[in-house]
Amino acid sequence: MTTDGNTYDGPILECRNLCISYFTRAGEIPAVVDFNLTLNQGDSVGLVGESGCGKSTVAMAIMQYLGSNGGIVGGEVIYKGRDLATLGDEELRQLRGNEIAMVYQEPMASLNPSMTLGRQLIEVPLYHEDITEKEAYDRAADILAAVKLPDPERVMASYPHQISGGQQQRVVIAMALLSNPSLLLLDEPTTALDVTVEAGIIELIAELAEKFNTSMIYISHNLGLILATCRRINVMYSGVVVEHGTVDEVFDHMRHPYTHGLFSCIPLPGTDKTARPLVPIRGQLPLPHERPRGCYFGPRCDFFQEGRCDKPTEGSTIPIGPVAAEAGHEVRCLRWSEIDWAAYRPEGLSSESIDRGKQVLAIDNMRKYYELRDNSILAMLKGKRTKYVKANESISFKAHECETVAIVGESGCGKSTFAKVLMGLETATDGDVAFNGKDIARLPVQDRSPEQVGSMQMVFQNPFDTLNPSHSVGTQLARVIKKFGVESDQDKIEQRVMELLDLVKLPRDFARRRPRQLSGGQKQRVGIARAFAGNPAMVVADEPVSALDVSVQAAITGLLMDIQRTYRTTLLFISHDLSLVRYLADRVVVMYLGRIMEQGATDEVFAPPYHPYTEALLSAVPIPDTSIEKKRIILEGNLPSVMNPPKGCPFNTRCQRKVGRICDTDVPPFVEAAPDHVIMCHIPIEELRAVEPVIVQVDKG
Amino acid sequence: MMIFIVRRLGTTVLTMVVVSILLFLLLEINVEGVAIKVLGAYTNEEQRNIWLEQHGYFLPVYVRYFDWLGNFLIGNFGDSIRFKVPVGQILWPRLGNTGILGLATMGVVVPLSLVLGVLSGMREGSKLDRTISVTSIVTTSVPEFASAVLLSAVFVFYLDLLPGTSSMSDGFSLVQLIMPAMVLVLYDFGYVTRMTRASMAEVMMTNYIRTAVLKGLPYRAVIVRHALRNALIAPFTVIMLQINWLLSGVIVVEFFFAYKGFGALLLEASLNQDIFLIEACAMIAVFVAVATQTIADLGYTYLNPRIRFA
Amino acid sequence: MTDLAVQSIQRESSILRALKSMALIRESVVGMIGLALILIWVLTALFADAIAPFPPNATIMPMASPGTAGPDGAVFWLGTDHIGRDILSRIIYGSRQVLLYAPLATFCAYAVGVPMGLAAGYRRGMTDDALSFLANVILSFPVLVLYIIIIATIGASAVNIVIAVTFASAPGIFRIVRGLALDLRNREYVAAAETRGETPWRIMFVEILPNARGPLIVDACLRVGYVIITIGVLGFLGLGLPPPDPDWGGMINETRQMAMAFPYMTVFPGIAISSLVLGFNLLADGLREVSLRD
Repeated sequence: MTTDGNTYDGPILECRNLCISYFTRAGEIPAVVDFNLTLNQGDSVGLVGESGCGKSTVAMAIMQYLGSNGGIVGGEVIYKGRDLATLGDEELRQLRGNEIAMVYQEPMASLNPSMTLGRQLIEVPLYHEDITEKEAYDRAADILAAVKLPDPERVMASYPHQISGGQQQRVVIAMALLSNPSLLLLDEPTTALDVTVEAGIIELIAELAEKFNTSMIYISHNLGLILATCRRINVMYSGVVVEHGTVDEVFDHMRHPYTHGLFSCIPLPGTDKTARPLVPIRGQLPLPHERPRGCYFGPRCDFFQEGRCDKPTEGSTIPIGPVAAEAGHEVRCLRWSEIDWAAYRPEGLSSESIDRGKQVLAIDNMRKYYELRDNSILAMLKGKRTKYVKANESISFKAHECETVAIVGESGCGKSTFAKVLMGLETATDGDVAFNGKDIARLPVQDRSPEQVGSMQMVFQNPFDTLNPSHSVGTQLARVIKKFGVESDQDKIEQRVMELLDLVKLPRDFARRRPRQLSGGQKQRVGIARAFAGNPAMVVADEPVSALDVSVQAAITGLLMDIQRTYRTTLLFISHDLSLVRYLADRVVVMYLGRIMEQGATDEVFAPPYHPYTEALLSAVPIPDTSIEKKRIILEGNLPSVMNPPKGCPFNTRCQRKVGRICDTDVPPFVEAAPDHVIMCHIPIEELRAVEPVIVQVDKG
Repeated sequence: MMIFIVRRLGTTVLTMVVVSILLFLLLEINVEGVAIKVLGAYTNEEQRNIWLEQHGYFLPVYVRYFDWLGNFLIGNFGDSIRFKVPVGQILWPRLGNTGILGLATMGVVVPLSLVLGVLSGMREGSKLDRTISVTSIVTTSVPEFASAVLLSAVFVFYLDLLPGTSSMSDGFSLVQLIMPAMVLVLYDFGYVTRMTRASMAEVMMTNYIRTAVLKGLPYRAVIVRHALRNALIAPFTVIMLQINWLLSGVIVVEFFFAYKGFGALLLEASLNQDIFLIEACAMIAVFVAVATQTIADLGYTYLNPRIRFA
Repeated sequence: MTDLAVQSIQRESSILRALKSMALIRESVVGMIGLALILIWVLTALFADAIAPFPPNATIMPMASPGTAGPDGAVFWLGTDHIGRDILSRIIYGSRQVLLYAPLATFCAYAVGVPMGLAAGYRRGMTDDALSFLANVILSFPVLVLYIIIIATIGASAVNIVIAVTFASAPGIFRIVRGLALDLRNREYVAAAETRGETPWRIMFVEILPNARGPLIVDACLRVGYVIITIGVLGFLGLGLPPPDPDWGGMINETRQMAMAFPYMTVFPGIAISSLVLGFNLLADGLREVSLRD
């Protein structure tokens, strides 16, 4: 309970014309401009935007914790009627953790690794209220039970690294709620978690908010999450709010071109590329010190009007104004009333489908076990010193020319290991992998011919790490060209470098630049150019867009698809993003704990009959579409350890449709639901066919 | 954890064995040389051969090695050529003296560096931090023989406050300990301070400190309860390794101030080719080094819950 | 795009790049001071013949105090030692040996330590175990003990000192490089190189090493400082570089006994060596500061 005890019935939080800047050696850089927000008691508002939009900065400003180089340069943050800037250090301290609490993005980094969780938890009430340690301990145990952590006493005695990521986040949430704060700030609380774990956390937050009547500010880049958790939404771009209103208003009647653009580049799992092509937003996010005059979104906007949209009328940018007939819905656009959204048909990514060709890849019962030497005394006594990590088990599938096969799964499912075996960084323990007729299962990359190496390449996940920072772009591409034996003459090599840069739509003079001068999206383009340097027959893309902003994701995805079409390359697309997979894959393979649970054509996998795990995955993906109704399936328990997989069906510890003992003892058979669509489950196929679809389009009357 | 300790101790023993082999080979492989050093250069070959035969130097190398090792382990280091007494008789008292000097030095360095390091790391970039940092850099730039000279000039020559030598001929005297200890402290504290500062600064930048502050903990609690227990892990290792360094550092200081310590002994032995004394001193020095490294490793593992409770 | 554009993929010459990154040091006051100190001594060493007022080994006028004039009118700015040699000239000439052998020895130590560290950190497994064990054995010897034993056994000469320094410093460098390699091997560009089938040596030297240069350059500066101190200590203990060129440490040792009466004989060489080491330490600190800001 809040300590002052008096009832306050105004808005919990009000930000008025808030302006925040960072002070660097290069001068003052405005991070947030003209930010307004009113949060009433029990309400929840979402702050949405891409990187650099300032949403996390706002959270830090509310906490009055901007660091030594940041500061509020205009406006106020008013909490329960009091301007936070006027509070002294001691008063601020009393508010923090007690009335205003925060949940962070990376739970492992946010917890002290050298302190037991119990001690970290009881600190909150101990330092704010006058209670004994025993009382604090009991309160902490209660709240851990409220966040649905099994065995709270054991968790209290553990260190952060001894529990899983999802559990850590629950502890962080518990810590935030211990003193029953009036305001809860959540900064991307689920970004670092797997999607099925995320679903559980989201549900928990919603429940707790209702139970404790906490007001919430939810920061995320994921529109679907905001739709699921918040009542109101603020869309931010480059430091300003471009549109805000209730979720229904903004999602159903969006007015700002940026909001519209954002939605158009997010794939929805209910539709495919022909029905709703992705439309990337052209241009780039402006750097904070290079914002355009007038409307910040102007240069990228299809409705930009010169002379009007680039004239600042208030401060440095244009003002935000109300949308008629929708109270509370405001948009920062001068032309909002003139735009006819119905007639707007921007050019999206090409959705022409391509015929697949001959078979290029055939994998038959591939197994990859890692050997681990167990040095514990127990193992020595038992005589079994070698343990096996069964990273891949019974993998069988085929891929054809010009086909896109998606491999879907969460962390620990074995998809990275699978990629490594294909690329030759590891050799398979057993089974066959035939690529273009030749068996490469036990052929490490050093033993492969340059043509073989060049015909199967990889695009990596982290664009910020994928290029060597010490060499120029051109040098790195030239090296690859030379290595694959594509060209050997110096001039021809340089020519080819230029061609590759053209292919990925980068200016030719990027060849002389160093990676640190490129943005994330540009780096990933170079990564793609590098992969295609040797005219590969197959490209393995390991989460190629997960680390990029949403608007850039669409562009890069489109690029990949275009190049694939040109070269008729087989694309093996590894991802955890089901919506994206639905959009661009022809076939889908769902993996869990090293085994394939289901595989088939995209349409077949995304419709019943489902494997229970696929069902749960589909239900967990947040969808930013108000006309969708989703079945709610929350998986209990944690991902089992790869070293100790459950006997029988690997999914049986969490399965929501567990049949019975047979799931514990026998590995399920592969059942054919349709030609080329197999499901590994004990449940009879007719039963699975009769299951209701997870995602249902609802008519909004 | 137990397994880790056992394996670490095993590595320690193995290291000591390898070192002993190397030392033995280096110093005693050339039996002629040994004889010359022991008996003097003015003996003839026949006299040397008799002596070599008597002391078993014509046995195969590995037999000699194990004999030597066996003797070593029971403390029989042989006789010092120069001092004409069993090595042990000179070695242990000298080692004790160095121990006292080391204790005095560490007794000042540890609290001083930790405090300065924590204070400067807490407020990175502040005036205090810059002052402490620059002071540390300057003091670690002045080698001990130079600072010994400078400090002597000041305290002994100009101010006449402290004695110029520390031979302790009239029994133990605290005053005579001050100059050598001061020189050692001056050179050493800078390094430990900077390591502590780096560790503290790194900890202050972490997310969990931000969590602690935003939980509403008072600043003192944030530092003492959250920051220190993480920041002091690395300095603990550094301090243990400084004990190792001390064995080198005291050589110059003991030589300069005529302090009858282990370092001066090793130096004298080396300069005079007193083989058995060199062997004994070197083995002791290595043992201390290896022991401190092992303790540092084990201590680090113990203090870091991520490793301890993996 | 024309052929001109194609031809203009110039690989920036690495020297040009190195110079450009050196220019960054301008941003650190501390680093600039260090650099200045070093440059003063380098110039002193280079122009010793022109600057020194007296020949370094000429015995002219014993125990003259600083500022007294010699027989020809030239002044003994820092006085003379107990056998009449001008201290200033000896200090000037003494800088030559130090500035020649310290960087040389450090370079040799790097030439040994870097490949070993890269191999251990990148390859891991048996290579790592063996090399690390070897490095630990050498590191078990307290540094000065190691030097004394080596010099006492193989004798004191310039080459031997370089060998001793290499032997004693390489394990420390090995450890640092190994740590950096362990970290950098997990980067995706290393994985990309592996998927291309690049050889391990190429990956170590072309992909990993250039990205480790920041900490290594800082370490190199510090290490040159340590080696200068080591050479000084060995000189002080009588194990240093043999004549003719004077040795700062040796100078202090020779005049130690008279330090009570004539402190200037020992103080000035002490200040000389401290200032040079300070230069390297400040430069290292400045480089570290600058690399963090990047």
